[in-house]
Amino acid sequence: MHERPIVYLDTAATSLTPRIVIESMQRYYETYHSNVHRAVYVTAAEATEAYEDARIAVGRFIGAPHPADELIFTHGTTESFNLLAKSWGRANLTASDAVVLTEMEHHANLVPWFQLRDEIGFEIRFIKVTDDFRLDLSNLEELLRGAKLLSVTGMSNVLGTINPIAALATAAHAAGALIAVDGAQSVAHGVTDVAGLDIDFLAFGAHKMLGPTGIGALWVRRSILDAMPPFLGGGGMIADVSLSGFSPAAGIAKYEAGTPPIAEAVGFHTAVHYLTSLGMEDIAAYEHQLTASLLGALATHFPERIRVIGPTTMEMRGSVVSFDVEGVHPHDVAQVLDQFGVCVRPGHHCAKPLMKRFSLAATARASFGPYSNEEDIETLVTALDEAVRLFG
Amino acid sequence: MSNLEDLYREIILDHYRNPRNRGELATPPAHKAEGFNPLCGDEITVYLHVEGDSLVDIKIAGHGCSISQSSASLMTAAVKGKPLEAVRGTIDTFKQLMTVHETSLDAEFDPEPVNLRALGELAALQGVVKFPVRIKCATLAWNTLTQGLNDLP
Repeated sequence: MHERPIVYLDTAATSLTPRIVIESMQRYYETYHSNVHRAVYVTAAEATEAYEDARIAVGRFIGAPHPADELIFTHGTTESFNLLAKSWGRANLTASDAVVLTEMEHHANLVPWFQLRDEIGFEIRFIKVTDDFRLDLSNLEELLRGAKLLSVTGMSNVLGTINPIAALATAAHAAGALIAVDGAQSVAHGVTDVAGLDIDFLAFGAHKMLGPTGIGALWVRRSILDAMPPFLGGGGMIADVSLSGFSPAAGIAKYEAGTPPIAEAVGFHTAVHYLTSLGMEDIAAYEHQLTASLLGALATHFPERIRVIGPTTMEMRGSVVSFDVEGVHPHDVAQVLDQFGVCVRPGHHCAKPLMKRFSLAATARASFGPYSNEEDIETLVTALDEAVRLFG
Repeated sequence: MSNLEDLYREIILDHYRNPRNRGELATPPAHKAEGFNPLCGDEITVYLHVEGDSLVDIKIAGHGCSISQSSASLMTAAVKGKPLEAVRGTIDTFKQLMTVHETSLDAEFDPEPVNLRALGELAALQGVVKFPVRIKCATLAWNTLTQGLNDLP
């Protein structure tokens, strides 16, 4: 289709996959592909070891104190939240309880709670978003009063806002609530330390952090995890099954029914290893610089025309930049950009309540990864010039 | 860049900037139908005022991209004041225009089966079929109109 090279600015949707990640999965399929936790032959043992090694590596990457016992592999962030709601939520929430969410959540951290609320009948409260795209924490204490859980994104997939997780964790715990964090965006773009942040749950997926699709994780603080009931039922999650019933396995296995995504776990392991070798602090600093550069370019080239939907200062701000081109619908912006090989995402970004908050139906969104560079920004600006010219 | 100009023809941009028959009609006597594109957030409301066998007035409200908005505007211009049978005929012809076989996507575009003359200005939207993702933008208003006609008492 395109004669021009691709300028990939949609890492917030899914990141590009380094060759070593693909090769590590290929090596699994070609040399030791077997099911895990079952047979005794050599490759089965190798596959099991690789799968469990991946758990430890991914757990260490987010600072888990006991990765082998705390990191549940899921099929992605969305499934992690469903597990959290349907396992922890169903066992711990009653009609008289409250769960606190925010107006900037992705649908993955909204819909599972609505589903459970419709079943059990608890209250859902929302932290509002201010006009300058930050969480409005002025009434936090009141919102948290009597709440059992605060579930909040680490970094907005629309605004780029980075939330003050450590402070929110302190406030939640002071109110007697637990805190869950949506790490889908934040984990890929900076250092994550679940112990340092003192959070209780972290949901994230591999494919936004250079890993493969089809695998993610829910990290759960060990003291909470043991009391959670199983999620999906099937092989692998049982201690015993008879014709009269079953007893669940102990520990992590209880949450991983069926054959897990083994090749993907191997790829996930390689991805976190690769990210670590690049250095998460260096990645954060590099993307910080690119984001500042893009915000500067938009302000310089299109001062009257383009409005950034998100913070325009770099404090507590990640590498996701949503914008609105006055008089040009985001779909049309993205269509013109596509002709320049520039890949951005138009739409509501699975955050419809947030779109409504700012009276928008959609935005165009550019987002960076470690492979992005200044030339990408130049091409984006050239393409935006054409969009503005075409639509007048 | 010829592809882009195929999509964003002058007529389309004109109808996007200056949409015809925009607004609302009192219900009743008019009827309304709502259409959504859940993937992109576009929303459209079509108001129909039918008297006897004739669509005497039509108005469009809502928001969307240039393709969905111009298609809606062109649609109102094509069907307003027409007998219902003619309206349905125009809908069928337009939907036929938007249905393209895979083979004609990369080869020379061959609009032969569609009576482009009957479509008038609507033929400007034929470039949309080269951008399959956008076909749903172009058909949103038409599907909503169809739904409105089917729901008439």
